[in-house]
Amino acid sequence: MKVTEKDVTYVADLANIELSAGERSGMVRDLNSILDYIDRLNELDTSSVEPMAQVSDRYGVDESKRGSDRFSYASRDDIPEGLRKSLPREEALQNAPDADGTFFRVPKVIER
Amino acid sequence: MTHAPLLTIDQVRTAIQQRTTTALAVAEEHYARIEKTDSEIGAFLTLCKERALEKADHVDRMAAEGKPLPPLAGVPVAIKDVLSTRGVRTTAGSKSLVQYIPPYDATAVARMEAAGAVVLGKTNCDEFAMGSSNENSAFHPVSNPRALDRVPGGSSGGSAAAVAADMAVAALGSDTGGSIRQPASFCGVVGLMPTYGRVSRYGLIAFASSLDHVGPLTKTVKDAATVLQTIAGRDPMDSTSADLPVPDYVADIEKPVRGLKLGIAKEYFAEGLNDEVRHAVEAAIDQLKELGCEIVTISLPHTPYAIPTYYLIATAEASSNLARYDGVRYSYRARGVKSLSEMYRRSRDESFGPEVKRRIMLGTYALSAGYYDAYYLKAQKVRTLLTRDFENAFGKVDAIVTPTSPTAAFRLGEKSNDPLAMYLADIYTVTADLAGVPGISIPCGETREKLPVGLQILGRHFDESTILRIAYAYEQSG
Repeated sequence: MKVTEKDVTYVADLANIELSAGERSGMVRDLNSILDYIDRLNELDTSSVEPMAQVSDRYGVDESKRGSDRFSYASRDDIPEGLRKSLPREEALQNAPDADGTFFRVPKVIER
Repeated sequence: MTHAPLLTIDQVRTAIQQRTTTALAVAEEHYARIEKTDSEIGAFLTLCKERALEKADHVDRMAAEGKPLPPLAGVPVAIKDVLSTRGVRTTAGSKSLVQYIPPYDATAVARMEAAGAVVLGKTNCDEFAMGSSNENSAFHPVSNPRALDRVPGGSSGGSAAAVAADMAVAALGSDTGGSIRQPASFCGVVGLMPTYGRVSRYGLIAFASSLDHVGPLTKTVKDAATVLQTIAGRDPMDSTSADLPVPDYVADIEKPVRGLKLGIAKEYFAEGLNDEVRHAVEAAIDQLKELGCEIVTISLPHTPYAIPTYYLIATAEASSNLARYDGVRYSYRARGVKSLSEMYRRSRDESFGPEVKRRIMLGTYALSAGYYDAYYLKAQKVRTLLTRDFENAFGKVDAIVTPTSPTAAFRLGEKSNDPLAMYLADIYTVTADLAGVPGISIPCGETREKLPVGLQILGRHFDESTILRIAYAYEQSG
């Protein structure tokens, strides 16, 4: 077994998810089953293979250009106000579960 | 006024242009059909009738003035609820966004509307597009219009079902591991995943940013070409959208397919493929041969590693993307919390469903100290190998033909307690997402139980024209 209940508790903490005891044991079972399946990747020798994080750095770019020139289309002039106007405050706040009209309101952060 | 239902984009647009009907009447007819059938299907989460009728009225005024109508004029469309719509609730199928009203439109939605489309409403999906059956929706499952005890596929299950049940003429979906093509296959409609970068992701609620694609679900191949034509192209709001010219997809579908080389990869016909699906796909391949295509046997040797690679990369990216649901700016907040930390943890626990939590956990684990190299980095390297498989294949063939899914639509509840079995439903679709190549699923016959089977055609990067053309030739020959 790769993942123990202790690991699950630690990872849930990293991900800021609270799990009930029942959810934790289910998660141990599911993650182990998935990770066992994922293990088959170790059959492949990838020591000389470059990792690939994105498709768009390989395709859809001008092949005749080199280096950062290939991506010149993705850069633009620095427009101080941005490509579109900032949202008005009331629109930015309209979906907040708690706001006071000027700020998002959250529980106290610093205890004293 | 009585007439046959207007089912395709051209039929709707032409009828409105010739003033044998109005956009308002077409919209009302579709709402009437939704009213009548959606209680047993469950395809829609939100309707936006006011917005739709206003848009339809605008189209009718253009038609009355005799102006030439844009390509999607008066066409009733459904939008998957992961695409932002200004002023219209957008939930991503999640309790965490149950009251979220976006302040802007996704680029794909804005381009559809600019081309005259009438947005009827937002369609059901697996929560944050994570699932293959639509059963992970926080709201309700969706029934397959072709067999109500079956799933419509996922995650764009509501979009596929809305089109299949004639509740919309076309729909937009998103595809991260097969979420357009697999439901299209299960519901017997056309689903197109464009090349990564072909269509802007701006306004798409992110699941896995390097894998997310926006694309159409339609009744015909030509309609898929028309929608792609509308939504494709560079968008300054998405820096990964490609700065390449958009071909005339609609004109290109008419080109002959004779002499095109089609690859058949033996790895896509291996163990696990249902016999009836195999027979239907093999018959379709014979048909393509009749049409003059040359069939070439190829190998995509790393295919068996696609699912594990996908579930590491997709979950790693998801764990990062979903960190934004913190209960502060727009997502659900738990009640009665005493501290900020408790607010984050309890809000996320109460508002995420089991599959979303599972994926966040797996992704966080794969990225965590001590496991990054063994899991995430390893998967990125295998992603290179999977992409090279396609590069090698496309040196020899113009397109690759496969089944879309190993089975036809399965029963509601059949796989919902076995995450791994559910993941394997995507076995023929995930590789294209990882490599960023385009793919289309089109109907190719039925099983004995009358369930639709899907044929998948994969193409070179930015060569949607060729796969659309092959799909069109096959569709027209049937």
